[in-house]
Amino acid sequence: MPRTRWFAVRQELSIRQRRLFGLMAILLPLAAWSLVSYVPFVWHPMIEVTEPGDVTWLKSGQLVPRADFEREVARLGQAGGRVPEGERANPIYLPAPHRVAVALYTAFTTEPKLRGDLWLHESLAMSIKTIFFGFIISSAVGVPLGILCGAFASIARMTEPVVDFIRYMPAPAFGALMVAILGIHLEPKIAIIVIGTFFQQVLVVANTVRKTELSLLEAAQTLGARRKHLVLRVLVPASLPDLYNDMRILLGWAWTYLIVAEVVGVSSGITFFINQQAKYRNFENVYAAIVIIGIIGLVTDQVLAFIGERAFPWRNHRPSRLRTILGRLFAGREVTLFD
Amino acid sequence: MTSPHLHDTAGLPDYRAQAPAVAERFRRLRERPVVLEVDRLGREFSGEHGMVTALREVSFSVHRREFVCVIGPSGCGKSTLIRMVAGLDHPTSGRMLLDGREVAGPGPDRGMVFQGYTLFPWLTVTQNVMFGLEMQRVDRGTAEARAREWIDLVGLGKFAKHYPAQLSGGMKQRTAIARALAANPRILLMDEPFGALDAQTRAQMQTHLMEIWRNVDVTILFITHDLDEAILLADRILVLKANPGEVQELIEVPVPRPRSLAQVTSPEFLATRRRLDELIHPPAAAHEGEPEKLPIVRLTQVGDDVE
Repeated sequence: MPRTRWFAVRQELSIRQRRLFGLMAILLPLAAWSLVSYVPFVWHPMIEVTEPGDVTWLKSGQLVPRADFEREVARLGQAGGRVPEGERANPIYLPAPHRVAVALYTAFTTEPKLRGDLWLHESLAMSIKTIFFGFIISSAVGVPLGILCGAFASIARMTEPVVDFIRYMPAPAFGALMVAILGIHLEPKIAIIVIGTFFQQVLVVANTVRKTELSLLEAAQTLGARRKHLVLRVLVPASLPDLYNDMRILLGWAWTYLIVAEVVGVSSGITFFINQQAKYRNFENVYAAIVIIGIIGLVTDQVLAFIGERAFPWRNHRPSRLRTILGRLFAGREVTLFD
Repeated sequence: MTSPHLHDTAGLPDYRAQAPAVAERFRRLRERPVVLEVDRLGREFSGEHGMVTALREVSFSVHRREFVCVIGPSGCGKSTLIRMVAGLDHPTSGRMLLDGREVAGPGPDRGMVFQGYTLFPWLTVTQNVMFGLEMQRVDRGTAEARAREWIDLVGLGKFAKHYPAQLSGGMKQRTAIARALAANPRILLMDEPFGALDAQTRAQMQTHLMEIWRNVDVTILFITHDLDEAILLADRILVLKANPGEVQELIEVPVPRPRSLAQVTSPEFLATRRRLDELIHPPAAAHEGEPEKLPIVRLTQVGDDVE
């Protein structure tokens, strides 16, 4: 058996190695976090007071810097009063992994403290709505315009310099303007997402369409295709799989604009939830909310990738996993039938 | 691919000598109507040092159901020529007539088969072949039935639902030929169509193509750099020379039809081959560019010989 190689330049990994490294990607950061959280002599710069003793300004459950606490202990030791007791603890902004894990569930069950505040799932729904409308509006104009730019040099020349210029203006800079025009509710937030996505989208789509091999257009021309068909029957289908991947990447960018968009006007959605929880010092919930955003993004992307692999059969010739599983089921059925 | 022994072979007939049957065939061929007439076609490019003439005053005509091959050394502009005939490149002088009417720009009357296949990767074999018909507004059902016939003709019936990426090079090129023919062109232009194929597949494709040409009402203009391929396929061979690209000779191939690979050693074939070798690789030119021998010194031990 050949020696297993772990760090060979530009070599594919075996399935076992892939799984192992994939697992490590999650476990290593988690291990570091656990180390800092659970091993008391690592970091833990605070003391959580369990018994205030005779110190008047200390309360049970309070977090104080270790230096201050030790000074009080020394002072009372000399004065001969009741010495305060406490345990080493991390700052409040670094909850232990298990508390965040629990919060992933309890964040959904934490009742809003003020009337008019939203539950976590309601906040998430609002954020997803913002992203969805922002991305749909941007794509509805950006994709056709990008395709036209990719197809016709004249349209590209008229559009792209301006788009390139605006692209460098940070989308949140339009916040105040959007509030003035569209009010303080969801509309200006959607507008920020649109501004953040649209200009990139036009350029990315145009470039993808331009990558279509010229020889395909030539072949179509010798078969009698005219302008309209060259665009609709050659350029668009030829670049469709790449356009689909572009959309996936752009959707990721739209998410990055979400948090800044949601503080425009009246803070809303997941951002509002995060800010409220931070105000109440429920940092587990803050982490939980951030992790949930990540999970939503990752799951969306994986679902889109899964669909993409199957939507363009000419690109991907390996049989779909679903079909393989069905095939195996039927194969199994056959065996039992013939037994 | 010069074969030096050909130059030495004595006793070959003149390549212009035609057996009575062959001469009679050419006489009838010349009586057929002219499909394509290329009239003093020229093409200039603006290069680094002013204008460069790629093609100058190229004139020839192709008769109905004739098979004309174009050969020439690299850089003689044979690809430019066929691209101009297809309308994919613009001549800077001269004109082209198809069935007596001047043509400019690409159109379905001049079908093209490219070296790089250029099949639409998102369409199946059937859909690829249907493309030209659909562009001519043939309804789907009819187009599919007609495409099916062409696919069967090139022997790809079993692969009708495959995507191009699932086909071998030879099958891709057969699909491309079916696609071009399905659009019912007056002339089929082929730009080194078998250049990317391995020797065995290429020989097979040559036989296929001759079979198709025999059975289908189509005129073929075929570009190649393979001299044997040109002699095997062509009625007449248009020999171009480079810098600038000009017609050097239009050779009537004396090899009788029907052709087969077995004729490669016949005297007519060898005579034509010798003539083409003289034109394409003139003995003087060989010494100009590259040195005869590479300046290699011996790096192995004495006695350690491989031949």
